[in-house]
This record gives sequence, structure tokens and C-alpha cells, in this order.
Amino acid sequence: MDLTLVLQGLLSGLLFGGVYSLMAVGLTLIFGVMRVVNFAHGDMMVWGMYLSYLLATRAGIDPYLSFVVCAAALFALGLLVQHGLVDRVIDAPHEMQILLMLGVALVLENLALVAFGPEPTRVRSPLGAATLWLGPVFVDIARLVTFVVAVLLTAALSLFLYRTDLGRTIRAAADNTYGALVVGIDVRRVYAVAFGVGAACVGAAGALVSSILPFQPPTGLSLSVTSFNIVIIGGMGSLLGALIGGLLVSVAESLGAVFLKPSLKELVSFSLLIVILLFRPAGLFGKRTS
Amino acid sequence: MSALLRLDGLEAGYGDLTAVSGVSLEVRRGEAVALIGANGAGKTTTLRAISGLLPVRAGRIEFEGARLDGLGPAQIVARGIAHVPEGRQLFPTMTVRDNLELGGRAADRRHRDDALELVFALFPRLHERERQLAGTLSGGEQQMCAIGRGLMARPRLLLLDEPSLGLAPVTVKLIFDTLQRVNGDGMTMMLVEQNVPRALQLSHRGYVLENGRIVLEGTRESLRASPHVKQAYLGL
Repeated sequence: MDLTLVLQGLLSGLLFGGVYSLMAVGLTLIFGVMRVVNFAHGDMMVWGMYLSYLLATRAGIDPYLSFVVCAAALFALGLLVQHGLVDRVIDAPHEMQILLMLGVALVLENLALVAFGPEPTRVRSPLGAATLWLGPVFVDIARLVTFVVAVLLTAALSLFLYRTDLGRTIRAAADNTYGALVVGIDVRRVYAVAFGVGAACVGAAGALVSSILPFQPPTGLSLSVTSFNIVIIGGMGSLLGALIGGLLVSVAESLGAVFLKPSLKELVSFSLLIVILLFRPAGLFGKRTS
Repeated sequence: MSALLRLDGLEAGYGDLTAVSGVSLEVRRGEAVALIGANGAGKTTTLRAISGLLPVRAGRIEFEGARLDGLGPAQIVARGIAHVPEGRQLFPTMTVRDNLELGGRAADRRHRDDALELVFALFPRLHERERQLAGTLSGGEQQMCAIGRGLMARPRLLLLDEPSLGLAPVTVKLIFDTLQRVNGDGMTMMLVEQNVPRALQLSHRGYVLENGRIVLEGTRESLRASPHVKQAYLGL
């Protein structure tokens, strides 16, 4: 085995991991605050990708700028889904919420099929062709920028949660919903904001990878599954867990592609899931529930 | 003296169960009023209905002359009622200071700082543990934090649900002494408590709730003198 190849895989995986982290942070935020698993997470991300595709092809806006617009649009979509749909089943048993979110996922995926067709697409960005050689390994500039922006966004989100009043009410609602009601927090509004912010994360993540990862409407399902995998590895509801888990899974997939073959990368990330759950059933940073 | 809070024929419950019905009572400005009764008598239900945490099925609740029933908990907190719930219901993974400031969310920064200073003066222990996570506090400290969180809203009525539950006698004394001071400074209180001697010591008046109905009401002295209260609640 060539050491350069391993180093290259490690680096590419790490850089791509930023997006995985951002996507999982969105999912874990939604779960942590309202205990609802967003099965439409990956499909929302695909819509972020198509949005950046539209903005690039119709308006000539580079995805590395349009991610802001995509995040805003997905924030609105998340707010709408929470306020119009999830809110109605928030107190219902989990299977109701699962059915609803699977339904939302199907609708989003099929709308994308109708609108954009089944062919794989990719957004062209001038950054896509640029590379930088670091000794024997090269750095794909698009991946590097994606990584930096994704990590900055994750950092901004944790600043929002830990340094602002609204962020603090979101954490309070996640910590103790009844307690939040008692102190007069409008929990439904907090839920809508949290769902919106969680969706905005995948909106941005989608735009950021749209020039790296070819996508088509069914890509959403595999993105959802990867997000779940990361969130479970990191610990349900843990932001730090989602961040580290995203990097870990991405590196594992990348090394899996080097050592085995590219089509087996998921085998590696799910094996990682099983191994971690064997030793830490609540995930890396998860709290044990009594 | 006008009533600050007035309940008229309140009915509330859970699912098919009616926990309280026909409850009428009033709390006047500056008073401390005890609601006493056995487990399951409907004391907590009554407090939760006042705070909007449980829907009112029948009857009316008036606060400062305006109807409260039908409003949500957020609106009721904004009207000036703070609830210190049974089991404290703190935010365990957040700091003491975060917990307190969440109680005073509605106020602007300056008022919040004033209220915080007041709470720290009442409970110096909270000041010492300001940066500690609420979930790591002792039971007594958690109760102080819950009361402090309620006071942070600068309410005109403080509802207290079982503040002595599960605490050591010395802590119970500390908490009740503090509540007495807060009431002496003009804070109106309504207190649900199983520790009836303590509750009567703090309160001016009281109501006895049995099976969801008020069976007895009166001043502290008359309740202490009542043969029923003596036998059922004071163990005399």
C-alpha cells in the first residue's frame, strides 16, 4: 500500500468531513430540541443542491456565495414544515412523526424528480479545477473552501446557541421542555426556529458540496442515512458529537475507498458505527439516559 | 382589600379524570396563602391551571381583574405570575446563572441585573455556584435555584409547589425563612405544601383541598384550631 495514497485519502476525507459535520449538526439540533428525527434531512439537502444549481445556471452565482441564499431558503422551508406539519404531531407517538417525516421526504424527492429529472448533475465552480500541492499530496481547493466554510458555520451556530438569548432559550427547551414552559418560553416558536436552523444547515451544506458531489433526487436518502449514522456515532443531540462524528465518518469512508474499493465505503462507516456502539452505546458524546 | 387572584368554580383534569372541580378561592395583595391537602387532592392541578400549564375546563381565573383562563403559559408569565414547580424543573445541563436569567427573560438587561442581585442577596449560595451546572447542585440548592428563577421574572404573584419536598429539615427552615422575608417585602404568594405546620407558619390564610374540592378555608389561626386540620394534617 502506497503511503501517499493513504495520506491523500486521509486529507480528502477530512476536508469533505466538514460538510458531513454541518449536515449532522442540523439533524442533531432538530432531534435534541424536539426529539423528532428529520427523515427528510437528506432530501432537504438535495433541494439545497438544486437551488445552488439553479442560482449557478440561471443567475451565474457561484455556489460558494449562493450557500447563504440556500441556507435562508431552507430555513424558511424548515420553519414551514415545523409550523404546518410537525407541530400537529409533536405530542403524538414516535411512529406518527416517523410516518410524517418519511412522507415529507417522499414529497421532496419526487418534486425534485419532476422538476429536475433523474440525471445526475453537478454545479461547476471555478474553484473546482484548482488544486494546491503540499509535497506529495494535493489539496483540492474546492474541498478546502467547503471545509473552512462548513466549520465556520458550525462554529457560528454554537456561538448562536451559547451566546445569544434566543440560543439560550433553544438550549433550555432541549434541556427541559416542561421547565421551558414554566418560565414562559414560547416552546412552539422555539421549535420552529430550531427546525429552521437545522434545515438551514443542510441548505448551506447542500450548496457547498454541489460542485464536489454529483447529485440526483434519490441522493437524499443516502445523505439522510449518512446523517443518522454520524449523529448516532457522535451521540444523539450532541453538537460536538456531530462535528467530530462527521469528520470521523468522512475519513473512514475515504480510507475505505482507498483500502477496499470506492463502492464499499459505506461498509466502513457502518462498521465504525457498530464498533462505537459496542463500546459506547450512547455514542461518543452522548449522555446516558437512565 | 381587593383580590389579586380569584378562582371561581375552577375545573381541570387529565384525560378522563377530573382532578379538581368547583374550586373557588382568592389571594389578596401581599398575602401568603396555603393550599393544603393530601397527595392527589388536586393542589398541583390547581397551580398548573392558574399558570396555563393545564387547560381550564370550566370556571374562571381572574388576575388583577382580567381573565387568565384560556391564555398560554408564556402570556401568563408575562402578566406577572411566576410558577416554581414541583420537582423544580430546572435546566440541568445549564449553569445556575443561565437558569436564573432564563427566568428573567422577559425583562430588559438592566432589570434582569437588578433581579439577579436581589436573588443572590437572598440565596448567597447561588452566587457562589453561579457557574455550576444546575443538575450538579444539591436538592436544597436546586430548590433555591428554582425559587430564584421564579423571582427573576419579578412577578406580582409567586406560585410555589412543594418547596420542601425531599429536603433536610435544616434546608427546609432556610428556605421557609427566606420565603417569609420575600413575602414580608411585599411578594404575594400561593403555596402548595405537604408540610402543613411549615405552610401554616408562613401563610396568612389557607384552603384545605380534599378529592378535588375545597372543604375548609380560613385564617392561619382558625385552621390551626380546626379539629379536622389538627387530626388529618397536623397529627395532633
